[in-house]
Amino acid sequence: MTLIHLAIILPVLAAVVVRIIYKYYRRLHLGWFVLPVPLIIVIYLMTFIPRVSNNEVVYETMHFMPRIGMNFDVYIDGLGLLFAILISGIGALVVLYSIGYLSREEHLGNFYVYLLIFMTAMLGVVLNDNVIMLYLFWELTSISSFLLIAFWHTRERSLYGAQKSMLITMFGGFMMLGGFLLLQNITGTASIRGMLESVALIQESPLTPFAIVLILLGAFTKSAQFPFYVWLPDAMEAPTPVSAYLHSATMVKAGIYLVARLTPLFAFSETWVWIILLGGLITMTWASFNAISKDDLKAVLAFSTVSQLGLIMSLLGLGALSVLTGANEAHFSVAVVAAVFHLINHATFKGALFMLTGIVDHEAGTRSLRKLGGLLTVMPISFTLTVITALSMAGLPPFNGFLSKELFLEAMIDVREADFGSLASVSFIFPLLAIVGSIFTFVYSILLIYGVFFGKRTYDTPKEPHEAPALMLISPIFLSVLVLLFGFFPNILSGTIIDPAAMSIMASDTPLGTHLYMWHGFNNPALWATVAVVIIGALLFYFKDKWTFIYDYHKERFTLNHLYDQGLIYSRLGSHKVTDSYMSGFLRSYLAYIFLFFIIMGALTFLNTGIQLDFSNLAPVGIQEIIVAIIILVSLAVILATKSRLVSIIMLGAIGFAMSLFFVFFRSADLALTQLAIETVTTALFLVCFYHLPKRSRHEERVRFKMTNFLIAVGVGVMAILLGLSAYSNRLFDSISQFHIDNVYELAAGGNMVNVILVDFRGFDTLFETLVFGIAGVGIYGLMKLRLNRKDEQDETHAKKD
Amino acid sequence: MNTFLNVIIILSIIIVALSMLGMVYRMIKGPSLHDKVVALDAFGVLLMAMIALVAMQLHTTYLLVVILLIGILAFIATIAFAKFLERGVIIDNDRDYND
Repeated sequence: MTLIHLAIILPVLAAVVVRIIYKYYRRLHLGWFVLPVPLIIVIYLMTFIPRVSNNEVVYETMHFMPRIGMNFDVYIDGLGLLFAILISGIGALVVLYSIGYLSREEHLGNFYVYLLIFMTAMLGVVLNDNVIMLYLFWELTSISSFLLIAFWHTRERSLYGAQKSMLITMFGGFMMLGGFLLLQNITGTASIRGMLESVALIQESPLTPFAIVLILLGAFTKSAQFPFYVWLPDAMEAPTPVSAYLHSATMVKAGIYLVARLTPLFAFSETWVWIILLGGLITMTWASFNAISKDDLKAVLAFSTVSQLGLIMSLLGLGALSVLTGANEAHFSVAVVAAVFHLINHATFKGALFMLTGIVDHEAGTRSLRKLGGLLTVMPISFTLTVITALSMAGLPPFNGFLSKELFLEAMIDVREADFGSLASVSFIFPLLAIVGSIFTFVYSILLIYGVFFGKRTYDTPKEPHEAPALMLISPIFLSVLVLLFGFFPNILSGTIIDPAAMSIMASDTPLGTHLYMWHGFNNPALWATVAVVIIGALLFYFKDKWTFIYDYHKERFTLNHLYDQGLIYSRLGSHKVTDSYMSGFLRSYLAYIFLFFIIMGALTFLNTGIQLDFSNLAPVGIQEIIVAIIILVSLAVILATKSRLVSIIMLGAIGFAMSLFFVFFRSADLALTQLAIETVTTALFLVCFYHLPKRSRHEERVRFKMTNFLIAVGVGVMAILLGLSAYSNRLFDSISQFHIDNVYELAAGGNMVNVILVDFRGFDTLFETLVFGIAGVGIYGLMKLRLNRKDEQDETHAKKD
Repeated sequence: MNTFLNVIIILSIIIVALSMLGMVYRMIKGPSLHDKVVALDAFGVLLMAMIALVAMQLHTTYLLVVILLIGILAFIATIAFAKFLERGVIIDNDRDYND
């Protein structure tokens, strides 16, 4: 337990305190008590920056469950530190923003407890070296995210969105655990650093492709990649601070983090590279295309988040591709640097955009683009901030989004020079998809600004819009300043954060010396690509009414949402159908299953081991035994064939008496006695039951012959006989009864051996059989006396009499 | 002498067993339920005889308890059946009858 461990657990500890404060002290908004927690953590984490920039790593271990290799190993390198600072820093801003956003009538205690749990979980994910522990925190993020999405749990849409995100991310998380366990199996360690040392084992193992696919399932579901992005737009039912924090800046980047963290392990594999690269690009283009058709501001931003995450993912894939094809190191590092840089940029501008959306929603009462418009003069500060952040998202100079978008386009254009082998002819698809995606990104960014702040003032907003209070504006202002700062002076990041992070993704020790600058010269193809993006985007935006009809062809029936909903419905219907098909509710069916199982298992055992029947030790059969056996068989046949239940009862009695005769033949006087007494009592009980049968079931009816029942009965009989015979023929050792014979008088001072065994040698059995009788007696008494619904019964009988 | 006794006992056992079979026939066939109950009662008596014979054959006295028990049980069972046939109940609860 070191200070770093404490820093990770601090939010959860604070959650307990916060809950207690909320109970007893309500004068001040609860957020003020929460705010110091992320601030302390971010300041503490900042102190690591100098060490990490010098390519040092911090490694602290704490034993948790060492037997299964589950240790709380904290490992701070560039990548982990970058994420941790993002999480705690934006966490602080979000807490500050939520103080203004959430009124004190809300369940603030719940909100901040969930948020703090989430913070710990995220810090645990990114600062962990142990995959099993990482999975633990990963699931904690899913659960706390589920709770936060359903914060307004009285709304149906919130519950739907929470359930959807829960199902999808939990599915992915579980798959990821499978991948981790495979990795642990291959390398023999749960530590990521330990795995890096045995990359050769991973390269050789035939299990690696499965591990890759499983881990990527986890990363793709969490980071909302195609086709698992469907949960993210529905998660927008959460309060806006949650959307800003979880669904733009932190949680959805957990998958990105995982991919980045494991890139050194898997970059050699084609599966890994192609899934990430193509998955990311398709996600980016598809989501940015869909974002335009959305009417809700948060839905636009949700799709935009998906698209940007796809961009980052594809850049990571590009970095890995360079390793795979052996292209020069420079491409690799450019792509990875771009990924890291855009990760930071996206967190800044998307966080701010979500907060601004929240402000518009809070002040105007709606998020619908149709109802909003012309707020430029009413909300000038929000407008300025929106312009800065949205243009950064669109990738325009001089904001930071321009720099990373430029790097992205450059990397995508350069990738064609890599050695693709047979795929060289399709390599044009990468820059094409990237540029198309960027165009749509540009269009929806402009749409966002224009739809809210320009155009005619509509006046049909539920509230009269006005500028937001300062409390809500601080966080977006801070983030916008960062956008500008990183835009103008990107190199304050490059040496301190980006390079160490990129180096840990590439697992290299040589400093990169990245230098980011805005102007690359005219002969840079990425510049012309950006120009083309702006021109085509502007044209598309201007003629928006002319071409948006194509969204009408994208019917609800063909969406992935529809697929998910139908999948849910049909899985429910299907399991209903399967269950109904065999759970008939009739005892006879279940008995048939049980007996069939008995027959099949017995038959399989006999077929596999072979039956050995040995008749050499059988005793001679006397005539009286044959006659008694005949009596039993005849009575049995009568029971099966008779029409009258009374005859059945009598014949059952006859069988019981004949059985006692058998006991007499085989010299067991005590058994015969007991058998006789019990048989009499049982017959009497049967008669009592018979008397109480309802009138209409007393009529005589032969048991109907059913072929399946007959076959099962014959099978069970044959199987039981075979089992008995083979058990008799395969005695492995002598019986232990000689001991009882020798010692029945010596040790127990008794002459009746059966009774001595019952009460002396094996007295415990007798004790509990007595107990069984006691329980049965009490049970019968209870059944007869305790009639909680007796009143109804009497009413019924009275009704019948009437 | 012993051989003679043995033969007699075995013969008697066979005869008793055959008469038990006869009783079972009556139990199945018996036109009315009363015939069947009487057959069951006779079956019990035959059972006593059979056990006595077997006890002789096995040279044991331990089985004599069983004979006594069967005597009691067969009586009780027959009474119970008889009452059931006559009144429809075995243990009637007259005091609650008008309930």
